[in-house]
Amino acid sequence: MSTSLSPEQEELRATVERFARNEVAPVIAKLYEQEEFPYDIVAAMGRMGLFGLPFPEEYGGMGGDYFAFCLALEELARVDSSVAITLEAGVSLGAMPIFRFGTEEQKREWLPRLCAGTMLGAFGLTEPGGGSDAGATRTTAHRDGDEWVLNGTKAFITNSGTEITGLVTATAVTGRDHEGRPRISSIIVPAGTPGLTVAKKYSKVGWSSSDTHELAFDDCRVPAANLLGEEGRGYAQFLRILDEGRVAVAAMSVGLAQGCVDESLRYMGEREAFGRRIGEYQALQFKLADMEARTHVARLAWRDAAARLTEGRPFKKEAAVAKLVASDAAMVNAREATQIFGGYGFMNDSPVGRFYRDAKILEIGEGTSEVQRMVIAQAMGLPRPH
Amino acid sequence: MRFMNVVVCVKQIPDPAAPARLDPSTWTLEREGKLILDESDSYGVEMGLQLADQAGGGEVTLVSMAPRNETSGLRTALAMGAARAILVSDPVLGGSDALGTAKVLAAAIRRAEPDLVVAATESTDGYTGTLPVQLAELLGFPSVTFVKKVTVGDGKVHVERQTEAGFDEVETPLPAVITVTAGVVEPRYPSFKGIMAAKGKPVDQLTVADLGLPEGSVGAAGARQEVVSVEPAESRKAGEIIVDEGDAHTRIVAYLEQLKVI
Ligand SMILES: Cc1cc2nc3c(=O)[nH]c(=O)nc-3n(C[C@H](O)[C@H](O)[C@H](O)COP(=O)(O)OP(=O)(O)OC[C@H]3O[C@@H](n4cnc5c(N)ncnc54)[C@H](O)[C@@H]3O)c2cc1C
Repeated sequence: MSTSLSPEQEELRATVERFARNEVAPVIAKLYEQEEFPYDIVAAMGRMGLFGLPFPEEYGGMGGDYFAFCLALEELARVDSSVAITLEAGVSLGAMPIFRFGTEEQKREWLPRLCAGTMLGAFGLTEPGGGSDAGATRTTAHRDGDEWVLNGTKAFITNSGTEITGLVTATAVTGRDHEGRPRISSIIVPAGTPGLTVAKKYSKVGWSSSDTHELAFDDCRVPAANLLGEEGRGYAQFLRILDEGRVAVAAMSVGLAQGCVDESLRYMGEREAFGRRIGEYQALQFKLADMEARTHVARLAWRDAAARLTEGRPFKKEAAVAKLVASDAAMVNAREATQIFGGYGFMNDSPVGRFYRDAKILEIGEGTSEVQRMVIAQAMGLPRPH
Repeated sequence: MRFMNVVVCVKQIPDPAAPARLDPSTWTLEREGKLILDESDSYGVEMGLQLADQAGGGEVTLVSMAPRNETSGLRTALAMGAARAILVSDPVLGGSDALGTAKVLAAAIRRAEPDLVVAATESTDGYTGTLPVQLAELLGFPSVTFVKKVTVGDGKVHVERQTEAGFDEVETPLPAVITVTAGVVEPRYPSFKGIMAAKGKPVDQLTVADLGLPEGSVGAAGARQEVVSVEPAESRKAGEIIVDEGDAHTRIVAYLEQLKVI
């Protein structure tokens, strides 16, 4: 039993660390301030094969696994979360549903470009009326001859309006079962399909360089063959996708928590107050020790969940635990790091200020912390709430 | 063109991001921890890969001398696309000077029968910048330093060589040694596929005896160079701040002229 990385995993981690330091860190503050999507960084990540990490080579992937993907996400988020979520959503929400549930034809059509990072995919689950209760989807799709006709609105959809967005997989009610419950299905809608309107991008508190839009489907017609997976199985499908995504968001959260540790350690060795370096004050040493401990524990949690996922063992509860503790570690570390930086921590151009703004969403996206607690409680055998 | 065999010399060095220490008895850099590929060498590796590619058939062989059979830095270059590596590692090589290192590398490079040998202008940890030309001399190859652009054809290498004023164009027959300056190409980041493939690539591990070098000719015993003392570098002086009162540009120009920069 070992929790340490293999030489190849370590090489990947070190490569992405180097990439983030050399290619992301020097340019991200400006992109973030101007709320610009990092096209050049995405292209470079594509050339490195990061978008294809967990997919087999036959579809243009790198033949790696979800664990390797999470390692890359942690290192990216250590420097910047907008870049990390662009990769996270591109892979785990854009490409993964097609890989897991697509027909051979759908995989051959979409995966090579998604793996190359020359195209991004988005996943539209959340609606203006609710995200946590994803079973309450209002968007509908009905069959009309050889086509599905979609109507409805999706909210907060990552990677849905970039110049290289190629598709959005939308969940929609395609009928009712004999007890009158909605049958939810996933349907691939290519970008530019008439009837699909991409609203102007949201103004967000954080993740400012990540692309997020509201999408409206208005009699939007796609070929019947664009159904992803079985009709009526959409709910089960996205639960699987979200379970995986939680491990990825946990890894990103650990990256942000680690970034706070990196920056604070450096600053505590430089900054002086009352004639001493602030790193000599035990009050701050204890803060940093707690930050380090929190990060370490959260890292073990995502690695455990990712190892289970990769080995095909049950991981639902572990993924929820990892996301819960890691997003909390990110949030607390961001607050503490900002405190250590004093006034400079409150400035938008300091990495720590950016970490502070980027941390909160980690407790909300791909399942809120309350939803993680619900998943954990149910895995422990407690009754579902009414 | 026929198959092209490029040897790239790579040094594995302590991570420059980590605090460095000098051994107080020899005043040389401590190399105890994990070593990584010297970033200056990543340019040579990239250039070698591009040349082999342009030749329409070819391979990059890495040659390195390092303590404790260290291969981490080699793995990085193999993951970038190099085909194989020759690593010379031997306890007697501790305390080598540049010439001793050149002798070892030359012996290893001969085995690879190169068309072209690529090295960095200087390493990031040692900075002597003397090794590549010593190597060329020992191999009996012509050498061209400070190369920024290379084309290979008809048994010759044509290079643009950086000078203070601009660049020289130089042509020399192969085999030859060239040194590349940092920044002339953009080293690729290895992909995960490359990293996994590197696992299976051959790394020939050799000792001084394997190379048939006479005992005492290399390592500390053969070194002709000794570090006598080490002084801390003078701390950087505060810069001069020029406040623009409409004439900042003329004052900056005057300052640069006084430094003979322009
Ligand atoms: C920047 C950003 C990017 C996003 N990207 C995507 C994307 O790409 N695709 C996508 O589909 N969605 C995306 N989302 C949506 C995100 O997943 C949802 O915001 C999230 O799931 C929460 O849903 P909601 O906002 O509707 O909150 P609600 O579900 O309305 O929840 C409101 C509050 O009530 C709590 N709550 C709800 N139910 C319960 C309960 N039973 N018990 C206790 N507490 C409860 C919640 O935890 C929360 O605190 C994104 C969101 C953001 C902000």
